[in-house]
Amino acid sequence: MIRLALRLCAALTLALSAALPARAIDIREVTSPGGIRAWLVEEHSIPFTALEIRFRGGTSLDPADKRGVTLLMASLLEEGAGDFDSQGFARARDDLAAEFRFDAGRDSVSVSARMLSENRDQAAELLRLALTQPRFDPDAIERVRGQMLSIIRSEQSDPNAIAWREFDALAFGDHPYGSSPNGTEDSVAAITRDDLVAIHRGALARDRLYVSAVGDITAEELGPLLDRILGDLPETGAPLPPHVEPALSGGVSIVEFPVPQSVVVFGQKGIRRDDPDFFAAYVLNHILGGSGFGARLMEEVRERRGLTYGIYTWLAPMDLAELWQGQFASANEKVAEAIGVVREEWARIAAEGVSEDELQAAKTYLTGSYPLRFDGNGPIAAILVGMQMEGLPISYVNERNGYIESVTAEDIRRVAARLMQPDGLRFVVVGQPRGLDVSN
Amino acid sequence: MRHRKDNSLWARLARPAICAAFLSAASGLAAAIPARAETTMPAQADIQAQAAERVTDFTLDNGLQVVVIEDHRAPVVVQMVWYRAGAADERPGLSGVAHYLEHLMFKGTDTVPSGEFSRIVQANGGSDNAFTSWDFTAYYQRIAADRLDLVMRMEADRMRNLRLTDDDWRTEREVVIEERNQRTDSDPGALFSEQRRAAQYLNHPYGRPVIGWRHEMEALTREDALAWYRTYYAPNNAVLIVAGDVTPDKVRELAERYYGPLEPSPDIAPRVRPQEPPQLAERHMTFIDPRVRQPYVVRSYLAPERDPGDQRQAAALTILADLLGGDGQTSYLARKLQFERTVAVHSSAGYDGTALDDTMFTLAVVPAQGISLAEAEAALDTALQDFLDEGIAPEDFARVKTRIHAAQIYARDDVMGLARRYGEALTTGLTLQDVRDWPAILDAVTEEDVMQAARQVLDRRHAVTGWLMAPQGATQQEMTQ
Repeated sequence: MIRLALRLCAALTLALSAALPARAIDIREVTSPGGIRAWLVEEHSIPFTALEIRFRGGTSLDPADKRGVTLLMASLLEEGAGDFDSQGFARARDDLAAEFRFDAGRDSVSVSARMLSENRDQAAELLRLALTQPRFDPDAIERVRGQMLSIIRSEQSDPNAIAWREFDALAFGDHPYGSSPNGTEDSVAAITRDDLVAIHRGALARDRLYVSAVGDITAEELGPLLDRILGDLPETGAPLPPHVEPALSGGVSIVEFPVPQSVVVFGQKGIRRDDPDFFAAYVLNHILGGSGFGARLMEEVRERRGLTYGIYTWLAPMDLAELWQGQFASANEKVAEAIGVVREEWARIAAEGVSEDELQAAKTYLTGSYPLRFDGNGPIAAILVGMQMEGLPISYVNERNGYIESVTAEDIRRVAARLMQPDGLRFVVVGQPRGLDVSN
Repeated sequence: MRHRKDNSLWARLARPAICAAFLSAASGLAAAIPARAETTMPAQADIQAQAAERVTDFTLDNGLQVVVIEDHRAPVVVQMVWYRAGAADERPGLSGVAHYLEHLMFKGTDTVPSGEFSRIVQANGGSDNAFTSWDFTAYYQRIAADRLDLVMRMEADRMRNLRLTDDDWRTEREVVIEERNQRTDSDPGALFSEQRRAAQYLNHPYGRPVIGWRHEMEALTREDALAWYRTYYAPNNAVLIVAGDVTPDKVRELAERYYGPLEPSPDIAPRVRPQEPPQLAERHMTFIDPRVRQPYVVRSYLAPERDPGDQRQAAALTILADLLGGDGQTSYLARKLQFERTVAVHSSAGYDGTALDDTMFTLAVVPAQGISLAEAEAALDTALQDFLDEGIAPEDFARVKTRIHAAQIYARDDVMGLARRYGEALTTGLTLQDVRDWPAILDAVTEEDVMQAARQVLDRRHAVTGWLMAPQGATQQEMTQ
């Protein structure tokens, strides 16, 4: 089975790790007898455990001519393992009412599992088989390949997918970030079983492993469970590709497509997650376009002028590159005006910074909203594993609000002047825009 | 919905039964099973005891129904107000007004200036939104538990005191038209779904899109919106659901303070809509759009919904959908169309019984390369006939029941999802007792119940079959590439 990653949500949640009321959550670091480290939150009120496993690298490990191989591999993990063929595996999983989700994104292969307490060991055994002994049976490969090709064809009629493909290609060219992790019809058709075995060996290794568990499990139970599921994986995997600078220049690119409304994606270079000015940039983005209602772009483009249904911007500090991106859609006859407003707002906030009132409102929201993200075992597990991948300590959850509070209007002016490039914004427009010219 | 970020294509393909853009529920079994479990699984007895404590309800003197779902794991609360008014309650010619008013509800009142509602929620660290369907319109805020007072005051205020300026309503009409552009007109799959629904319902207003037909949306006025508001937005037509780190006593105190003084509306008519006549002829439609790169076929049948005190057939259909198309590997259609033969790359079945009037049972097949839509449809019909002939394998049936039990446990991890289930049920004619009974009714469904429901509903004479495809030449070209 195959699923598409939600690009926007992934980017939005990437940078967010924040403070909690002390009462809400108690994170422990656990090291298994076999040496696997994990973060654990015990929560015994519901009899199941959410387990989140990530392997750094993800689809960026794809060989150029086999684009899509990591996603196909991840999708095949539940299509037969050990003595089970595809249906046998699915039946065994459903008999236990366990839930596994395997996915691959730009920076990681992810495994999300939910296991009932009453049969956790049996569910863990199935998960071990999927991760360490996937069969890659020829019939399963062909079936799932067919699904991927179907998605690739479907995306050819999706203006959002067309826009992002074009934007990524402009920004990153031949680097893995420059093309869709789904691959192309040609690259997916070319993938062999040997390619899948190789990428499995290279992508799922212990030197790039991050784990968290939240739910009805103790530290004493978790360690042996992790050794069982993950202990057989190889120690080291394939080398990661290099960091890359986005090659974006200011201007407008247009992809003609027959829709009544143009989809617009836009962006410029962003900021690293470990940059001392990251939080200033984060607050700045929130005020500009991060929060939806109340953000300047939503107010100016939607509320005041009715030019769009929604507009958002976000910082995307990925493992291998940094971007500052945004997206909206606007009727073909209005899109030129909307792009003009975005440019004006980008320039205005770069030149003038933000008001003290805006800064205070942003801080109240950002510090107050964080606990709301921790709403369930699964979401908490995903946040904890994200923090580990960003290199943050457990104590960060108590320090994060302090970072937000310490941002000053002067910090924002400085980071705006340093980062924002009103003339460097690249817009990619998919549709039949009127009164809009291609420019570079 | 006031605003939603884009959903993935595959999720849309995978859930054709609910790809109507505004229906808020998730599909499948997980969505069909409410929080309060009366499972027969002995191992879960202690859970039931806990779960049974967690839902409380009462009604204010002005008719406002209140449900409290306790979850004290985190200091967070969700407030939802559900109105028993949706697109299927609109007057002919005013399609889209329910959803348009939903947008306008974020404008001002005498005490909250225009556009400030969401800003105040955000300034308190919360988030808010709203959604509209055929049978209901709902508003919600998620916020720190100690801010419940604030959002209750504001939500109660806008239930009766909305004010709309000239700028507000004209600009917002442009916004909802952009929403239609984005979510429907730019997407052949969404247009196809809209047309299929219109073909399914000859007489019932479920045939209208919630967003509205464009020509009618363009003519909506402030007076249309306010007439809708004055008729339906009143405590005796609403359900208040508060879920999270609260106690029933606290909710009662706040609800009486803020919602208690609101006047009920005297003009709320019973929700009697034009019903469907007997369908005497199969309907078939072909939607051709040059943008389509992946054709597919969708079949829908008119099907009974959950009725108060009478949910057995809906429970059987819920399980039928899961057996036929619930899992991508083990469901009947997946086995027949993707494993035993390579007819499809994807198949699914969907049924959402939480509706006021007759709903749809939906099947979808995305054909494999080189398979025509006619072949895919024929293979679907063969598989359905085989299913009716063969019946249900006992191990398949047992597996579905296991998943039902587990879904009750997993569901408790998502308190907002629980709140939505109660809201949907209570605004589609069901009672709290029906919600409480539903897990036991699902659990009591027999193989014979499912087969009987299948024989009754899966009748092509009562079906609409739609093909989504590119113009013939383009399809040929694609296939030979």
